[in-house]
Amino acid sequence: MSTLLDVENLWVRFPTRNGVFDAVRGISFTLGRERLGIVGESGSGKSMTGRSILRLIRAPGVVEADHISLEGQDLLQLSEKEMREVRGKRISMVMQDPKFSLNPVMTIGDQIMEAYRLHSKASKSEAYAKSIEMLEAVSIRDPERVMRAYPHEMSGGMGQRIMIAMMLIPNPEILIADEPTSALDVSVQRQVLDIMDKLVRERGMGLIFISHDLNLVADFCDRVLIMYAGRVVEVCEADKLHEAKHPYTRGLLNSLPRLDAPRDHLEVLQRDPAWSEAPSVSGRS
Amino acid sequence: MNMLEIKQLDVWFGHGHNRVDAVKGAEFSVPEGESFGLVGESGSGKSTILRAITGLAPEWSGGITVNGERLGKQRRKSFYKTVQMVFQDPYASLHPRHSVDQVLGETLALHGFRDIDARVVKLLDDVGLGQKFRFRYPHQLSGGQRQRVAIARALAPEPKLLLLDEPTSALDVSVQAEILNLLVDLRKDRGLTYLMVSHDLSVVGHMCDRLAAMRHGEIVEIMDVAALRGMQAQHAYSQELLQASV
Amino acid sequence: MSDTHSPDTQNPEAQSLRAWLLTETPTSRRHAKLSALYHGWLSFRANTMAMIGLGILVALLFVALFAPLLAPHDPFEQNLGSRLLPLWTEGHVFGTDSLGRDILSRLIYGSRITLYIVALVALIAPLVGLLVGTVSGYVGGWVDTVLMRITDIFLAFPRLVLALAFVAALGAGIENAVIAISLTAWPPYARVARAETLTIRSSDYISAIKLQGAGAFRIITKHIWPLCISSLIVRVTLDMAGIILAAAGLGFLGLGAQPPSPEWGAMISEGRRFILDHWWVATVPGLAIFTVSLAFNLLGDGLRDVLDPKAGD
Repeated sequence: MSTLLDVENLWVRFPTRNGVFDAVRGISFTLGRERLGIVGESGSGKSMTGRSILRLIRAPGVVEADHISLEGQDLLQLSEKEMREVRGKRISMVMQDPKFSLNPVMTIGDQIMEAYRLHSKASKSEAYAKSIEMLEAVSIRDPERVMRAYPHEMSGGMGQRIMIAMMLIPNPEILIADEPTSALDVSVQRQVLDIMDKLVRERGMGLIFISHDLNLVADFCDRVLIMYAGRVVEVCEADKLHEAKHPYTRGLLNSLPRLDAPRDHLEVLQRDPAWSEAPSVSGRS
Repeated sequence: MNMLEIKQLDVWFGHGHNRVDAVKGAEFSVPEGESFGLVGESGSGKSTILRAITGLAPEWSGGITVNGERLGKQRRKSFYKTVQMVFQDPYASLHPRHSVDQVLGETLALHGFRDIDARVVKLLDDVGLGQKFRFRYPHQLSGGQRQRVAIARALAPEPKLLLLDEPTSALDVSVQAEILNLLVDLRKDRGLTYLMVSHDLSVVGHMCDRLAAMRHGEIVEIMDVAALRGMQAQHAYSQELLQASV
Repeated sequence: MSDTHSPDTQNPEAQSLRAWLLTETPTSRRHAKLSALYHGWLSFRANTMAMIGLGILVALLFVALFAPLLAPHDPFEQNLGSRLLPLWTEGHVFGTDSLGRDILSRLIYGSRITLYIVALVALIAPLVGLLVGTVSGYVGGWVDTVLMRITDIFLAFPRLVLALAFVAALGAGIENAVIAISLTAWPPYARVARAETLTIRSSDYISAIKLQGAGAFRIITKHIWPLCISSLIVRVTLDMAGIILAAAGLGFLGLGAQPPSPEWGAMISEGRRFILDHWWVATVPGLAIFTVSLAFNLLGDGLRDVLDPKAGD
């Protein structure tokens, strides 16, 4: 399998009053044309990992790594200007809540077309046609009407599909999705995931899917990294997630209430300090 | 006896053209000691029912009877000794400038308790936090710890009916397990009645004896938890909900 | 500058005090309060410009407090033989004014008047604004409409003109100038407080305290005020420069402090007559006003970083 992204020994550090806080501590992984899940609880460093690939960590946070290579090119060596070329055009990101990612005072059509024309020298009419085509691809009925609408007129599921459409128009090689469906209702969640899945497959993209939801990741991804306290504690095939070995992964799975297995008390995760001390497991394939 | 009876409840926001009917003709009752769930997607009106019971949603019609007393438009002080609520987001439900001690102390004082110091200590123990959290501020607490403080606040007046508005949806799964266990134990120890709102069927399946599925402000089906576990929903929409959550 | 060389980290006793203050597990109410204050002080201290502003203001306070000891001359003593002496004259560092009074001594005594004005306005205007704004925002309905229209009326007048009208009605003098400035300064605070109250009012923690049966009075004073006060403090500090200038303006127009009082604005007004030949008479008090205004602005910027709950944590 060809490797799109290769991350080696990634650290994200934040200086605080009580010393340096390491949000991500020396993780390594590769991404091919596959769906890679990153799961963990809040504070595990999963979102920081996604953001650090695009160098979106705000100062005073610092990203350090031996390399973050996109098809052999080290992103850490690029200037901020070159990095802007990479963002959106080669690597796109979908965030959790579409409400905060769309500009409230621009019509959806203008925003999609702007996103497209930023990266290609297409004419206005070409951009319009392309935008309609993309909205159709994310199963939006009546795309002409949506193009004229403002973000507040859209439901959460629609907004998230529009975001995905917008991110996929420049045809990036990698899509990073940070909890793309956790603000959505379960039935809508399914639709959005199906659309994302179809597009990623058709275009042969690499997908990094960041989520706190183990079941969702097990269903949706090919390979999963489980993060704890800034490190990767376990890597496994997504369909074998329920056979995971690490006590942390097991603990997370067992703490979920289940309709088919009623219990008086849920299992409570006993955290072992050794988990955060153990070296990171490599996510290379 | 029924702790809570809801009859032909309509709740709406706004007037005239802007009127939005959030709940339409809801009807159910919760016997004392039972745990009842309300499930549905966002905007289905499940949280609005809780807000109408507490008086936070002022525009409603129909009948709400709590502990044998039919509620009017105004809530009496004694009402808040019977009914308390735990909010969804523990990051928003604690005053950012008040320490745990202030939050619990003020609540106890408002309900006319005298032995406030002893009760604060007891409440913190009851929710599994302990003394050392007493003088902390919300920003010094994790999400799970905050939710425990919010539960302690709701328990302070020693209520009979606890309204739980998605109490764990903002928390990590491992913390969710701890909070759900705490709620199960509290109900057992104190004989509480729960009315719990959640979008997560497996959480409701774990916590509740019966549940109502809501859509577009209407209750489409009331079933017991055995039917839920057996995937035997009658109504097409509740079947759809069930399918989506496994 | 690195922290490691400062004396308080080398002294073990000071270090344990620091650890006690920085604890995540306070053991009493007082401990929790002190710890929160210390955290605020640490982030304030990190802002150099704000520390400069604070330094200037502490110096001003010191000067005002010990004016009789610091002033080389009596500020009211006239000596027509040595009038309009230039800067750096022996015995009169900042020269003398048209009546031969020592400008430095007058500046030093004038700092008392400036602080007096600042303190009074800072007490009156934000308090009125806070009261009107929070009540209006929390109660809503017709109360809100009435209070906000009154605020609009005050806002619609040019500030100095309104103050002039008040002083003209109340009579010239420093107390009346303070009242006039306060009356024109409160509406923006009411607006800010109302806007904040509207967001706070609908938050879960206000709903939660309502469910304990708390009344409007308790909610406004104990739950809404603490959150509005910090942003008001920031605004007052930033507006302080404007207040000093307004007071100086009234003094300049002869409607504030009356001669021979060494109020800085009145001093500029007196010096105006000689500005072409003896520029320093007006310039030196002008520089004093400038420095103090700047100090308040710097302090306000620093306080915003510490106190603004949206930026912190």
